[in-house]
Amino acid sequence: MLYVEDVYKSFDGFMAVNGANLYVEKGQIVAVIGPNGAGKTTLFNLITGQLKPDAGKIIFEDEEITRLPPYAICKKGIARSFQIANIFPRLTVFRNVQVSILSQQNKSGKLFRSASNMAVKETYEILEHVGLKDIADHLAGSLSHGDQRILEIAIALGNKPRLLILDEPTAGMSPEETNRTMDLIKDLASARSLTILFCEHDMDIVFNVAQSIMVMHHGRTLVQGPPEQVKQNKEVQEAYLGGDEDA
Amino acid sequence: MGRWNRKTLLLCTALFVVLLLLPAILPRFYTYILASIFVTSLLAMSLNLVVGHGGLYQFHHCAFYGVSAYTVALLITKAHVPYWIAFGAGPLAAALVGFLIGWFCVRLSKLYFGMLQISLGSLIWALAFRWYSLTGGDDGIHGISMPDLISSTKNSYYFVLIVLTISLILMYIILKSPFGTTLQATRDNPERCEAVGINVRRHQLAALIISTFFAGVAGILYVVVEQSVFPDLLFWVFSLEIFIMCLLGGWFTFAGPIIGAAIMVSLRTFVGVYTEYWTLVLGVLLILLIFFLPEGVMGFVLDKFGTSATHRETGGSH
Repeated sequence: MLYVEDVYKSFDGFMAVNGANLYVEKGQIVAVIGPNGAGKTTLFNLITGQLKPDAGKIIFEDEEITRLPPYAICKKGIARSFQIANIFPRLTVFRNVQVSILSQQNKSGKLFRSASNMAVKETYEILEHVGLKDIADHLAGSLSHGDQRILEIAIALGNKPRLLILDEPTAGMSPEETNRTMDLIKDLASARSLTILFCEHDMDIVFNVAQSIMVMHHGRTLVQGPPEQVKQNKEVQEAYLGGDEDA
Repeated sequence: MGRWNRKTLLLCTALFVVLLLLPAILPRFYTYILASIFVTSLLAMSLNLVVGHGGLYQFHHCAFYGVSAYTVALLITKAHVPYWIAFGAGPLAAALVGFLIGWFCVRLSKLYFGMLQISLGSLIWALAFRWYSLTGGDDGIHGISMPDLISSTKNSYYFVLIVLTISLILMYIILKSPFGTTLQATRDNPERCEAVGINVRRHQLAALIISTFFAGVAGILYVVVEQSVFPDLLFWVFSLEIFIMCLLGGWFTFAGPIIGAAIMVSLRTFVGVYTEYWTLVLGVLLILLIFFLPEGVMGFVLDKFGTSATHRETGGSH
């Protein structure tokens, strides 16, 4: 479904992504792991168009999307969440999700119809699924950190993506919230038959959920494969599991 | 929310009726001042579409107001076209210039957007100021005749009030539409908007065209009320004044700019009689505002008396 081939990206001479390869098959939950600064977020920004790669190819459903702007990539069926809660703070929770659904339905440009009775059912359905329905009329900026992260995912769901990309969905969450979020992700994948690509630096979380794991180190792909195989890989053990467990 | 909406609707209708009846009892001068407030309100409201709701640094908004006013004035005095055609051409010219300038501006971020706009807008001002043979330079154009139907102070007041009301209703509908909702989302977080599939630049450009169109409508009304135009209309200092009106009234609310415009025009008229330093009073007012009512007058009122968060989003009343 998604192929990332030999992608490079440097910032002022610093190679943030230095030859990354990744493949995601339809229906899988794929995780990208690696220590802080390994280039996971940069890689995701390259896939969804926030950044343009220096070299390499990104192919989604047999179509090259390498240098498309973010909105065009989204229209192809890839939605994402961000590592830092990236929401619309002055809009209500309801509107946050509605904006994304309206965009998916190509209705963002409608001038003379009231938005308040459009896409209402769809919006509530998503809010219900992620458990934010009760606070639908709160301003998004007033939510707790954990809820803002969930809202992030809800906004991404509004785009009806086929591939959902989550950038450290549990960053800054308590262990309890983390478990709840990972359950949600598993549930979303099965209930909406989504393909999910996410990244994490906490190894334990990943091995329970992901069917395929890609390990990044210094911007480079070390290995990608099923969890057991990755666990046994020598290079990975040296680079990550061994000495410095910073997670 | 339903009850609140009915209440505001009732209140607005009552206000409209009162405003319709006022010229019957008001002296001519006050009728004229009210009409000027309406014209300025519409201008400030049109600016707030992109500043308050769109988060764009539209620093030279009055350029479009001036373009429309000059278009109307020139078409009537030089080309002698029928009035209603001239009135139609004004906002269209404003929107066209808005599109041209906007096309460049939306490619820049925040402050650079504002800088480029001031420069391009000032270019238009220079044109009006220097091109003596066409625009009359700093003398402007005076004694523009109006059709009999709207030439008296009272009748021009009615005309302005009706056009303002229609424009406000249209703006309200636009703000509550998917377009308006999405515009507010691009203000809050353009990056996130791109990621949910919204072409942010195109959306902002569309908003600029709509906003400058309404500035153009205000431009017609100016000509109707004053029957003259002069280059100060498009001087950047005036743009700053409109910006302050939005701030004063509360730019995250719908009706705030009207209140801001009313305060500014009244200050200029009534304090300006006593001292040419009326801007001093304005300065003090602004300082107080920033300290005590950071959300503007209307923002404060809604905070105190508004109910739900949904309401606060765009501020329901007008």
